[in-house]
Amino acid sequence: MELTVGPNQFFWPAEDWSAFYGSLAEAPVDRVVMGELVCSKRLPFYQERIPEALALLTEAGKEAVLTSLSLVTLKRERKHTADLAAMGVTVEVNDLTTLAYLPKGMGFHVGPLVNVYNEGTLAWLASLGATRICLPPELPLSSVRTLARAGRELGIAIEVWGHGRLPLAISGRCYHARLHKRTKDNCQFACENDLDGLDVKTLEGQPFMAMNGVQTLSHSYACTDYQIEALADAGVSALRLSPQSQGFTRICQNYRGRVTGVLAPGAIAADVQKASPQTRLSDGFLTGPSGVAWSAGPIPS
Amino acid sequence: MVMEIVCPAGTPAALRAAVKAGAHTVYCGFNDETNARNFPGLNFDRAEMREGVGFAHDHGSKALVAINTFPRAGDQVLWHHAIDDAAQSGADAVILADPGLLKYAARNHPGLRLHLSVQAAAANADIINFYACTFGVKRVVLPRVLSVPEIAAINAEAEVETEVFVFGGLCVMAEGRCSLSSYATGLSPNMNGVCSPASHVEYRDENGALDAKLGGFTIHRAAKNEPAPYPTLCKGCFSAGSQTGHLFEDPVSLNAEQLIPQLKEAGVTALKIEGRQRSKSYVAQVVRNFRAAVDALEAGQPLPQGMLARLSEGQAVTTGAYKKTWR
Repeated sequence: MELTVGPNQFFWPAEDWSAFYGSLAEAPVDRVVMGELVCSKRLPFYQERIPEALALLTEAGKEAVLTSLSLVTLKRERKHTADLAAMGVTVEVNDLTTLAYLPKGMGFHVGPLVNVYNEGTLAWLASLGATRICLPPELPLSSVRTLARAGRELGIAIEVWGHGRLPLAISGRCYHARLHKRTKDNCQFACENDLDGLDVKTLEGQPFMAMNGVQTLSHSYACTDYQIEALADAGVSALRLSPQSQGFTRICQNYRGRVTGVLAPGAIAADVQKASPQTRLSDGFLTGPSGVAWSAGPIPS
Repeated sequence: MVMEIVCPAGTPAALRAAVKAGAHTVYCGFNDETNARNFPGLNFDRAEMREGVGFAHDHGSKALVAINTFPRAGDQVLWHHAIDDAAQSGADAVILADPGLLKYAARNHPGLRLHLSVQAAAANADIINFYACTFGVKRVVLPRVLSVPEIAAINAEAEVETEVFVFGGLCVMAEGRCSLSSYATGLSPNMNGVCSPASHVEYRDENGALDAKLGGFTIHRAAKNEPAPYPTLCKGCFSAGSQTGHLFEDPVSLNAEQLIPQLKEAGVTALKIEGRQRSKSYVAQVVRNFRAAVDALEAGQPLPQGMLARLSEGQAVTTGAYKKTWR
């Protein structure tokens, strides 16, 4: 099974951004998706660094891919989407708007924020040139299995959300700005201090979600440690690891160890808990009663 | 042209009430997971749908069928049958969100008019024209993330009609792209046609205060004698940083009644009212109010003021993203 690094969902200082992608050149991953997924206002801070990072990762033998934004509304966002299609790099579509700009016959990838819930939509995307689809994180294992089978018949690689805070919602409203009593247009980059999102707790102090500008994430970190064998058996060909500000290289190494069979089920979870005991894990979308649930052990087959 | 009022009909009785109250158009769904208001006791069986569409047509109204969830892998046939049966019932259009379903409908029912559901969250002219060109979509229901000037800009470039929500429940997240509900409860709008489902709501008395829990998470606390709104996730009460409150949105509902002239100016064809889960008397009253408003506008008369406030959830209303400062 391959490992794909998804686009960074957060707003990091440009130097940290470069250091992160520099470190990925050495990480045991097959593919890196980069670029801005969440908020077009963040892009100017690191946009000019993208070509260098793309070159570095390609040089290191990784497949380098550029993501579209996940919600395209403004004129400059439409222009950015058009520009992406013209860059000569494989594009990951995370808003179907991108399809309006991709030249006919140009292959593309589909990201987890496009609603691919069934074989009909999968076949439609294949007919347009999709070659890889990362499924929406909320799909249960039964759907993953059906879609992986359909993907195999159509020559589409199926990827699943492997590790990291789950993207649960995107909005027109910026919650970070709202928290600071600002509007989105005058946000003053309220999200920049929360490198992995801002914890959102319930009234009983229970951690629940993470705020990330216009995006809302899970507080828990999705973790497929106990699901990898089932996903491989289902025909999933890659796991997506979502960037986090601390310990990401180690996450990549651990997943590599798991997919090659060097590490046993439970090794990743144990290592995460050791490095950061307060981190909560979840894998409930795949096999649990709700997304937040955590199997905490091998799934009975 | 007078703006078209598109009204919810959760039951045959609500459909008849809406039509009699002056709805130009009603929308409804089958009583299964193919529609995004899959609530117990709601929606239409096949015979009711045929009768409902017939009733609307007999009274000069149009009837639309919402098949706007995303088919489950392996079970698409249930959604395909819904499209076949909607076409057979004589519906004026189906409201779809899933590209696979749009393709199915375009191929198998070339005469059936297609509307793009808000659940597809098509938020700019490029994707709207793409849907029009690819599937022959004739109308797009716009997501509630756009301001009125942005809607005007879309209409200047879009090749199809647009419909916007003006009253009722307000999603604060881009529709069809939110899995908060399934994260907490296992059931989502996209997959199951429900959000923050009642089956997972629990109220508990905590020292005189009433706690509302969803999927075990306490997301609202009402002091004694305070109203306790339904615990919808995005309108819940949370804490972050040093603040506690409704961090995403207050328990408000949408009322863009006073923006109707601007929406018409922006080129909007139809005004949509949310609420297939509402009673027939509610629906009738909302329809009468909105019909009066668009008729007044057409006649060049001032709009009636504040008629609908007391029908709104928790008495608090917002114009949402239509005013840019909301964002």
